[in-house]
Amino acid sequence: MARVVVDVMLKPEILDPQGQAIARKLPQLGFEGVTAVRQGKRFEVELDGPADEAAVERVRTIADTLLANPVIETYEVRVLEDN
Amino acid sequence: MDAARVGVITFPGSLDDRDAARAIRLAGAEPVALWHADHDLRGVDAVVLPGGFSYGDYLRAGAIARFAPLMTEVIDAAKGGLPVLGICNGFQVLCESHLLPGALLPNAGLHFVCRDQRLRIENADTAWTSEYTEGQEIVVPVKNRDGRYTADERTLAELEENGRVVARYVDLNPNGSLGDIAGICNEAGNVVGLMPHPEHAVESLTGPSTDGLGFFTSVVKRLVNA
Repeated sequence: MARVVVDVMLKPEILDPQGQAIARKLPQLGFEGVTAVRQGKRFEVELDGPADEAAVERVRTIADTLLANPVIETYEVRVLEDN
Repeated sequence: MDAARVGVITFPGSLDDRDAARAIRLAGAEPVALWHADHDLRGVDAVVLPGGFSYGDYLRAGAIARFAPLMTEVIDAAKGGLPVLGICNGFQVLCESHLLPGALLPNAGLHFVCRDQRLRIENADTAWTSEYTEGQEIVVPVKNRDGRYTADERTLAELEENGRVVARYVDLNPNGSLGDIAGICNEAGNVVGLMPHPEHAVESLTGPSTDGLGFFTSVVKRLVNA
């Protein structure tokens, strides 16, 4: 069973108040040197067959249709190598 | 003459469908209950997508509801000119459907906001706002977690230039919406999305005003004159 990962991120120009809240907390915890945090989503899609080119293309269509909203988000699709 | 028939879609997780139906009745039309899983608009003359948390707002607000079976018919009919009003979650569904441009993101302050909100009606020519006058200020409740209207610069400029900002927050922007935008419409003006809740401001007993009734009387008047 192959697994394909889809990482979804807000476009860089879009305000991410959740990421900002995380970044503001870090110095209070003693973590210095972090200038910004952006929060995204990771999806692991399990396939019933191999992650060949056609299957990955299908996951890309899934990402574009449902997992990401291309108006506000970008996505990256990659096959998990530990299959 | 028969009353205009205005549908209200119930999705799993809709909250304000009953209030929307009540507002439609108070405006003089017949509310028609529509079910998300049907492929049948039951011949209605207009449709309201109500507030709530359809499908738990999983993934993104409105992202799953946008693919409900009935949305196929709603999208086709909206493109054909059927008046459609999306309130709160309904606005999110309309953006996810690409019937309206842009998207609604978590409030900039990260809190759920619930307050009586002053709005300015910026476009009184849409199917849902003709009973107002341009520049009129109204007070209706706003209650949302994901109400921050966002679109790219080109889209925002296009909305502003073509009068497609329907309503704007006045005094205070509750969620960080770009341009203080509370509601927008499509090019034809038949599809309107609005983050605040006019259906909760139709009776003095339960609302901060009756200012919201105009959205519903606007569409009724349009349907009667059609």
